[in-house]
Amino acid sequence: MLEVQHIFKTYEGELLLNDISFSIAEGETICLLGASGSGKSTLLRIIAGLEDPSSGRILFNDIDLASTPPHLRDFGLVFQDYALFPHLDVNANVAFGLKMRRVGQDEISQRVAASLELVNLTGFGKRKVINLSGGEQQRVALARAIATRPRLLMFDEPLGALDRALREDLLNELRRILHQTEVPAIYVTHDQEEAFKIADHVLILHDGSIIRAGTPADVWANPQSAYAAEFLGLGNVMDGEVAAKYGVQTAHGNFTVKCSHKHSNGDKVHLLARPFEMRNETNVISGVVTDMIFQQDRYKVVFDNGFFVYLNHAPKIGKKISVHVKVECLA
Amino acid sequence: MDHSLNCEDTETRRLLGFSVPSWLSRLFLWLLPLSFLAIFFFLPLSKILALTFNLKALTIENLRITYDALRFTFYQAILSTLLTLLLGLPSAYLFARFDFRGKSMLRALTAVPFMLPTVVVAASFNSLLGQRGLLSTFLHLSPFQFIGTFTAILLAHIFYNTTIIIRIVGNALSSLDPKLEQTARSLGADSFHVWWNVILPILRPSIFAASLLVFLFDFTSFGVILLLGGSQFFTLEVEIYLRVLKLPDYSLAALLSVTQLVCTILVSALYTQVVTRTSTQTAPRSETSNLRKPKTLRERIFVASFIFILSSFFLLPLASLPVHSLFRLEADRGQRGEVQYGFTTDYYTELFINRRGSVFYVPPIKAILNSLMYASATVLISLLLGFPAAFALAKPTRLEKVLDPLIMLPLGSSAVMLGLGLIISYGRWLTLPLLVPFAHTLVALPFVVRTLQSAIASIPQRLRQAASSLGASPLEVWKNIDFPILRRATLAAATFAFTVSLGEFGATLLIARPEYPTIPVAIERFLSQPGGLNYGQAMAMAAILMLLTTASILLIEKFRLPNAGEF
Repeated sequence: MLEVQHIFKTYEGELLLNDISFSIAEGETICLLGASGSGKSTLLRIIAGLEDPSSGRILFNDIDLASTPPHLRDFGLVFQDYALFPHLDVNANVAFGLKMRRVGQDEISQRVAASLELVNLTGFGKRKVINLSGGEQQRVALARAIATRPRLLMFDEPLGALDRALREDLLNELRRILHQTEVPAIYVTHDQEEAFKIADHVLILHDGSIIRAGTPADVWANPQSAYAAEFLGLGNVMDGEVAAKYGVQTAHGNFTVKCSHKHSNGDKVHLLARPFEMRNETNVISGVVTDMIFQQDRYKVVFDNGFFVYLNHAPKIGKKISVHVKVECLA
Repeated sequence: MDHSLNCEDTETRRLLGFSVPSWLSRLFLWLLPLSFLAIFFFLPLSKILALTFNLKALTIENLRITYDALRFTFYQAILSTLLTLLLGLPSAYLFARFDFRGKSMLRALTAVPFMLPTVVVAASFNSLLGQRGLLSTFLHLSPFQFIGTFTAILLAHIFYNTTIIIRIVGNALSSLDPKLEQTARSLGADSFHVWWNVILPILRPSIFAASLLVFLFDFTSFGVILLLGGSQFFTLEVEIYLRVLKLPDYSLAALLSVTQLVCTILVSALYTQVVTRTSTQTAPRSETSNLRKPKTLRERIFVASFIFILSSFFLLPLASLPVHSLFRLEADRGQRGEVQYGFTTDYYTELFINRRGSVFYVPPIKAILNSLMYASATVLISLLLGFPAAFALAKPTRLEKVLDPLIMLPLGSSAVMLGLGLIISYGRWLTLPLLVPFAHTLVALPFVVRTLQSAIASIPQRLRQAASSLGASPLEVWKNIDFPILRRATLAAATFAFTVSLGEFGATLLIARPEYPTIPVAIERFLSQPGGLNYGQAMAMAAILMLLTTASILLIEKFRLPNAGEF
């Protein structure tokens, strides 16, 4: 449906987006995951037509959108700070897009009611938006975006301003709504937990480039770069040097790593030591325990060298321990 | 409640430096300012009221004159306000949304007229567009009628008040979250609907508030209408002036004054209501900047043409005044029977000469000395009265809630009315030049009190406590914390009072003795006399006043605390 082809964007001599390409299939949700400044919001604005790319094309159903202004693209937008119209009540906010499309009054009230029901806000129609809580405001913004039945929904850090419990609830609701409506969606966030929960596909953006793309399971199993592994918090990343076949020297000891890349001796590589204890692994990381964080079914144990592992028993602080873990090569 | 009162007790005592009961010290603070207002404002006001509701004033003829003046005042004020919006709204958009070179300069330029005395603005327009003006001389246009037309009044009002629209509406527009616009676009709104259905409705309270303020200034405008409109446009203010000086009828003048006062109070109340309502329902503020460089052709044309319109509209009159004051023009012909062009300092040197048959009994330069003396006296008196009132208002009790509007009330009454009240009440002392600085103090006091009050209130108690917990003695606390903040505010307030006094026109015109003219009064007299020399001297005087005022404005800007109140 949506196809993004080789988008570049420079602003005042700085490269903000570097050759971005991806596509979204019908009913699919993709997630743009990246730290602030990675270019994800710029990309979103370019797809919405609010900004022009320096080069590259955006296609929807094989039609180039370059000459389509934002108000004719029929892409819904939901922002982190809701962007509700403060001078309109809840009903009028949700009805805004329908009014712009000159939909009849009867149908407007019908569709507004349906949208509010979908986000569990039935009966809120006459309220002023400034009197709503953050979560309620975001539901109104969502109802407003889906009321027009857009061809694509775009979310820019939609849950960023909400507290943790509320975020969890709304995320589940959003999943349900996206499944129910089958609208393709782009979801921008810096939170990997959120991304993994909602996305069919994840794109990790770093300094304007896509450094990893795939299903959440793929990305989790094989982050492919030290940055992605660290950003996703997958484990302990180390710099090393290939010293022998399958042998890598690091500041934290020597590791035996089977990998499919072609390396020769002296190559610099990054290693990822997963934080889970695997008794049948040969590789060992060790350190003095400096901190221990209780996490319901396990303990997160932090070493003096900055490494961490998850254990299901509590070691003593100050004790030196060694743990068998899986070590992978990140190339 | 009791506890907070106790805090204020000690605070007041600390400020006064000695220990007295709270209510007594409060009363002591209020003694001077209140007696001053009673003598110079409330007594005159009561005399005006008494004259108005005397049966003699309420004749059918008087009511008809008042009604006509009221109707015309409304008409010109509404028309001026609409035209000001016409220039102001696109300008507000220009400053709120676009980034271009020289922007802050242009913005400052549009704000200059607002602070200039009316005589200077009137003289500036005269120097450019008058019959002896630069435009008709240099472009060899047949002398066209500008002075004495309704157009001149409207133009000067736009010139004065556009900055209000730019400030209030521009601020609201630039703090508007750009995401609202982006969302509206994504929902299918084109540019027209984004403006019509989203931006304008959100800006409506600010536009309304700004318009009311502009209306208020246009409604009470006096100098512009008298000096640029000639003697054919009778607003309430002009009518009051006429009934005091030209066709004396104090009862009618009083009736006109009361009508004027009621209108300004009603509009001010409406304004206050709009502003408080607006501040409670603000749109989400944007953190990202709305500013961008003009990109599309339409944006470029818009930005370029408005930069051109604004800079020529605001710069030409202001620049033409000093230029004209140094150039002898064809218009001097009548003087010696020969045409002389070119650079001259005659108009300035003439100011020192007491010509027989001239407008004054004294060399015109005396007017400048008078003005400087009156201004210094105004500074002294208004600080003397302003400080105690500001200290009391900075820590308000129930007493201050009642007294605050009383202090601000002279703002709502026009200058001409203040002059009328003083004449009615103290007419026999008019030979004393001392009455003028007291009248100027009435006008300056509200500003002085507000400036000092916000500075005093801005010193957080915690700052003093922190300093003393670090080992500073009370004297050192005062020296290191209170004094530096108050010094700046005092200088700002003093400069403000000085500027107000220098430019004050309406009240002074009524009460100044002919042998003690001020600069604005002298300019008015020069302008109302025929002859190129008188005209040239008016230009020279106005240029001097402009220079003094501009210097003061720059000083105030330097001393002003950041965020210390607007208008």
